[in-house]
Amino acid sequence: MKIHYVTGLGALFVVAVHIMMRLIMPYELSLEYENVIANYHNIPYVILLESILVLIAIHGFNGLRVILLELRQSKAWEDGVTILTIAAMMGIVAYGTRTIIIANGLGFE
Amino acid sequence: MSEQIIEKIETLEKKRDREKKEKEHVKTSVVLKVFRANRSAGENPHFDSIEVPVQRWTTVLDALLHAKQYKDSSIGIRYSCRMASCGSCGMKINGIPRLACYTKVSELEGSTITVEPLANFPHLRDLVTDFTQFFAHHKEMKPYVRNDDSDMKQTDSLTEYVQSPEDLDRFLQFSYCIKCGLCYSACPTVATDTKFPGPQALSQAYRYFSDNRDTATKERMDIVDDKHGIWRCHFAGSCSSVCPKGVDPALGIQLLRGHLLGFSRNEKKIAEKQERLKRD
Amino acid sequence: MEKLSDRNNREGIKGWLNPSRYGWERVSYWLQRLTGVGLLAYFVAHIFETSSLTQGPDAWAAMLELTQTPLGHLILLLVIGMSTFHSVNGIRLIFTQGGKGLGNPGRPDYPYDAVSLNYRQKSGIWIALILAGVAMLYGASVLFGGE
Repeated sequence: MKIHYVTGLGALFVVAVHIMMRLIMPYELSLEYENVIANYHNIPYVILLESILVLIAIHGFNGLRVILLELRQSKAWEDGVTILTIAAMMGIVAYGTRTIIIANGLGFE
Repeated sequence: MSEQIIEKIETLEKKRDREKKEKEHVKTSVVLKVFRANRSAGENPHFDSIEVPVQRWTTVLDALLHAKQYKDSSIGIRYSCRMASCGSCGMKINGIPRLACYTKVSELEGSTITVEPLANFPHLRDLVTDFTQFFAHHKEMKPYVRNDDSDMKQTDSLTEYVQSPEDLDRFLQFSYCIKCGLCYSACPTVATDTKFPGPQALSQAYRYFSDNRDTATKERMDIVDDKHGIWRCHFAGSCSSVCPKGVDPALGIQLLRGHLLGFSRNEKKIAEKQERLKRD
Repeated sequence: MEKLSDRNNREGIKGWLNPSRYGWERVSYWLQRLTGVGLLAYFVAHIFETSSLTQGPDAWAAMLELTQTPLGHLILLLVIGMSTFHSVNGIRLIFTQGGKGLGNPGRPDYPYDAVSLNYRQKSGIWIALILAGVAMLYGASVLFGGE
């Protein structure tokens, strides 16, 4: 449970910073391709995005695991739920990291 | 000063009585919608509607016993003390787990009262449920004082355990549990998780944990610190809102979890440390 | 090993779905779960949405065309509300589940009001709901205000 609390508080902090960074310019402008790519070239921001990815993936999938564990109780179900949620968590982190790495290597148009 | 306090209490009591009377609905008769089914005979569940006369002080149990005595003697109910002490007559009354002997008909809205067996307990017949699993969870918590320092063989050295009123207050509330099962029936985790001990058992674990005569702290902590143990409580508070004795199981569970998480001071450890310091 | 008879008469997921019977704490339990699942779904969708960046400006523009619609903005507004409620209520729950802000055990007296279901807890839930509403209003002003 401690991991749920720690990742929750951590995620709250990094997501707050993420949203604030988005609000320094008008909403529509912040969505423009060049501006988004520029974010991915800013290393501290990249670290922030990766932290969001990891913290929310752990917090979210652990929460889902808890809900599913409470639904049914058998060894097969419990093992299956744990394996599937960990796999989904790792999959999402890997997929998000791929976006960050590729976007970081992209140039401006 | 004391007169002023007494006056204040009297005013508050009068206000409470007034509010209670306002809440009460004057009725001369109600229709009881009684859940009927005999599981072992494979009967399909259905509701029987029975009209019974009531007075201002009639409880749901009184109404059910009237129906059983004069209308349909086959209604299955479990009851004993009729005064909220034995915890036998727990049932769902208008969808909420309550003790039938502790719920007055006049407190309930409407002229139809629906009575069903407690949810989350295996159903046997009509309003009667099986408490085997519930009691098994209670037993799992080792609900008795265990003291490794006591030696019952050396009777010469036997002395009483000294407890201050403060020591007593730490667990007294939780020892008022009558094991009626209302909290177990109201808990949303118990509704799906058959391995979860439930609010009653967990609050009893805290009752012995906070008793300074007990030394089985680690053993009890190991029992509740399980995948389906104390961590499955999410403080929905339903257990405490239905408890008819003011046990407040949710409070006990959160306080116990506070100790497991290291958020709370461990009074026993502090006392032991002080004792050691005194000896040294 | 669980016995089949243990499941007999369990309320099941229906027990989660009716939050109004037991007061604000039960509503909070239900909302915390619902918003958590909703936010996880949004998180997965957001990762997928941003991955279109890797396919160049055209793919990004196509994705924006799909998501930056009135319906997309409404969903985003809901996400703002859900995340605010989940965060504020989550902080309250960390304290509560650690035994803080609940009151002390004592000698219960009739009518046996539970000390743990106190106004500190209830006001925490109300504050979370109010802040979620305020955040949604601010979000609406940004998303629909044409800034």
